Amino acid sequence: MSDGATADAGTVLLQATGLTRRFGGLAAVNAVSIELRRGEVHAVIGTNGAGKSTLVNMLSGELAPSDGTIRLAGTDITKWSQPKRARAGIGRSYQRTNIFNEFSVFENARLSAQAAHQRVWALWQGARTCNRSGPVADAAIEAVGLGRHAAGPAGNLSHGGKRQLEIAMCLATRPQVLLLDEPLAGMGAEETERMLGLLDALKADHAVLLVEHDMDAVFRIADRITVMVNGEVIATDVPEQIRVDPAVRVAYLGEDD
Amino acid sequence: MDLTTFLIQCLNAVQYGLLLFLLASGLTLIFGIMGVINLAHGSFYMLGAYLAFSLAPLFGQQFLVMLMCGALLSFVFGYLLEWAFFSYLYQRDHLQQVLMTYALILVFEELRSLLVGNDVHGVQAPAWLTGTIPLGERMTYPTYRLFASAACIVIAVGLYFVVNRTRLGMMVRAGASNRDMVRGLGIDITRLYRIVFAAGVALAALAGMIAAPLSSVYPGMGGSVLIICFVVVVIGGIGSITGALIASLMVGFVDTFGKVFFAELSGIGIYLLMAIILIWRPEGLAKRGA
Amino acid sequence: MAETRAPTRVLPIASGVPPAIAGGGSAGPRATDAAASPSGGPSLGATLVPIVGLALLAVVPFVAGEYLQDLVVKIVILAIFALSLELLAGTTGLVSLGHAAFLGIGAYTAVLAAPKTGAGSVVVLLLLSMASAAVYALFVGALSLRTRGVYFIMVTLAFAQMAYFIFHDTKIGGGSDGIYLNVKPVVDGLLDLKDRNAFYGFALGALAATYGLLAVLLRSRFGHALAGIRVNEQRMRAAGFRTYGYKLAAFVLAGALAGLAGFLIAVRDGFVNPEMLAWQESGTVLLMLILGGLGHLRGAVLGAIVFTLLKELYASEGLVGPLLAGHWQLTLGLTIIAFVATMPKGLIGLPAQLRRKPRAVEIADDE
Repeated sequence: MSDGATADAGTVLLQATGLTRRFGGLAAVNAVSIELRRGEVHAVIGTNGAGKSTLVNMLSGELAPSDGTIRLAGTDITKWSQPKRARAGIGRSYQRTNIFNEFSVFENARLSAQAAHQRVWALWQGARTCNRSGPVADAAIEAVGLGRHAAGPAGNLSHGGKRQLEIAMCLATRPQVLLLDEPLAGMGAEETERMLGLLDALKADHAVLLVEHDMDAVFRIADRITVMVNGEVIATDVPEQIRVDPAVRVAYLGEDD
Repeated sequence: MDLTTFLIQCLNAVQYGLLLFLLASGLTLIFGIMGVINLAHGSFYMLGAYLAFSLAPLFGQQFLVMLMCGALLSFVFGYLLEWAFFSYLYQRDHLQQVLMTYALILVFEELRSLLVGNDVHGVQAPAWLTGTIPLGERMTYPTYRLFASAACIVIAVGLYFVVNRTRLGMMVRAGASNRDMVRGLGIDITRLYRIVFAAGVALAALAGMIAAPLSSVYPGMGGSVLIICFVVVVIGGIGSITGALIASLMVGFVDTFGKVFFAELSGIGIYLLMAIILIWRPEGLAKRGA
Repeated sequence: MAETRAPTRVLPIASGVPPAIAGGGSAGPRATDAAASPSGGPSLGATLVPIVGLALLAVVPFVAGEYLQDLVVKIVILAIFALSLELLAGTTGLVSLGHAAFLGIGAYTAVLAAPKTGAGSVVVLLLLSMASAAVYALFVGALSLRTRGVYFIMVTLAFAQMAYFIFHDTKIGGGSDGIYLNVKPVVDGLLDLKDRNAFYGFALGALAATYGLLAVLLRSRFGHALAGIRVNEQRMRAAGFRTYGYKLAAFVLAGALAGLAGFLIAVRDGFVNPEMLAWQESGTVLLMLILGGLGHLRGAVLGAIVFTLLKELYASEGLVGPLLAGHWQLTLGLTIIAFVATMPKGLIGLPAQLRRKPRAVEIADDE
């Protein structure tokens, strides 16, 4: 895999070009291009209805684009199903908590980890003692700070705890590209700090897409920011430039919804 | 097959399809708007047939009046049934709905057995509808079948009118796409559901009444027609009345011509049709929303 | 179909994670995993009850009269049928309303494949029965799993009806009259299923094997994946599971096991007819599951027991009088309604329902 980029920009892992999604006559996302590089947290911000979640759904494979292409390390994955993309290294967390409420916290993470090591035919082996998914799950749970709660039912976690579990489940699939849809929503100050620390630790070997509303967090952690308004990208740049970009100021301060 | 026979079979297919449409439209309305899967829908069809059997002697030649009377009675019955039983099903999962309505079938069958017995009955069409009508120069066609088709068309048009042109219909369509919004607008959703359910029952019963002179009235008649009804709804797409119409006609044709060409295997024809549609369009013919 | 993966895959606990968090031992949480998990968990009750039950059943031929033994065999076979659906509806969450088709196909195969004269081989006929049921399950599953929710229920019902018509209308089976099994199969030199006790033992063995197989399956990775699909299929796909394949595998296996039950019925009765595939039978087996409790293997067996006993009770004139006995479906129907309304978790779930522990946190809505 060639890395023809400059020293401070990592390899492009995920590249979307001209992504468009129409619902009837309305274009929720219009000709959006975005690049996710290893070693970078790329934040996507925008007002409500800007199309951020639709974009994430197209990247993850849950929604087919009406137009445009998506490449993972050079391979065209536009037509790939979500499971296929997940096994290829694209993981996501959900904006609305999407866990297995009935199962224990540990099982939530372990089952996600099992996807990389499904071993369907080994029927005589118990899943809970699996020596591949177990350790991966433990590690993911520890990383997000849920170690103490691993045995309890996931449904009993606090809201913040469930958001942490969301991330742990994403990590348990050991992706190279992380699509995080508002991971900080509903988290307290301490949990937010821990999450930002985790993201900082992660980005060295991963490409991270971060959709977020918490501007402080975004400007602290992001290496690059894309601003979307009404389904279109109005600016993509480093945080310092975005802060002073006139179009962005108009979008946020001018026609704020 | 010569032209006359072909045309007659076409008319038969349309007639069968239209009757199915009456039945399926009720089912798809109930499912599309309230989200309840109702196995007892076939029992309402049976109710209509037995109503026809019971009321025919009383009304004599006044067949149309009998139909309207029966429809009204069924509507009231459906209204009460929704209040007493079905309204409790909305919050339950599909499995529970399946089992509760399955149990309801058992109850209905036994009640029918207790009230009317287990014999097979026939219902006579009124005198002014018996016999045949000449169509063109060479063909004659049973009058009653033409009447059945015409009645179904009239009801279908009425249904279209109510759903698309009245306030009630607007609420029904709104309720189908967004229940909470409708509630938020202050519309009495409980009453709305009750009316829709009662209408569904009345439609099914009407189908049973109209069909009674064509096929016999017998125990268990609800079951076989129910499954065909399900096939229609699967092909046409849940909640779509237009889809139900197209699918009903398709099923009518496949079934009628299947019987003509493949006597032994005709029973499975419509299931093969469903299988093909599933391969091609799992959501059914009518796409619902984006 | 080469999948792209970068050569380096580093576990995402790199530096920077505060030591306070990274301290916990990895053995602890897992060892005491007491939380709800896919059925067949390690509780004492779950392993003792089946073993005790099996022992009790094994004793029956020695202590019980003919009527009772026949009743028990009936229950044993229905339990196998219910267990097969439990895999599908209870574990994987696929409510199929056409499961009787696979029972019927297994039964018909046993009769159709049997030699006209002389005894057939148990092994051959059993395998053929299960295989033919599995083949039809593959066809039905491949198509119906393209649908969801209510569509799925209706489509499975329709395909079962199709099988019903094939046997009812064509000359394959003897039409609506059904066909007879002339000689019951044997295992050469070892077992003649014509013998009442031999058949009992065989059926009991089949039940034990089915239960054991499913218990092992449910604790395996495959079983856990099925449970995951039931609870949150979207998440499973997001993690990378090809859920369609898993569901299809469960569907085919469930069909094969239903075929096993069908084989046993054909051998027991020496007769098969199309009514075995009627949709009412599919409804009945679903009913057994909800009676006993969905999501537990014990529940399936318990449901079979309770349903059979209820039916016997409601149909016996001596106990309920001639009028009700003649209309036992009425009492049964009302019982079902009352049951589903008050005990949706079934009998297995009754203790928990009675204890009524309020949940600390609301469960996220799934639909």
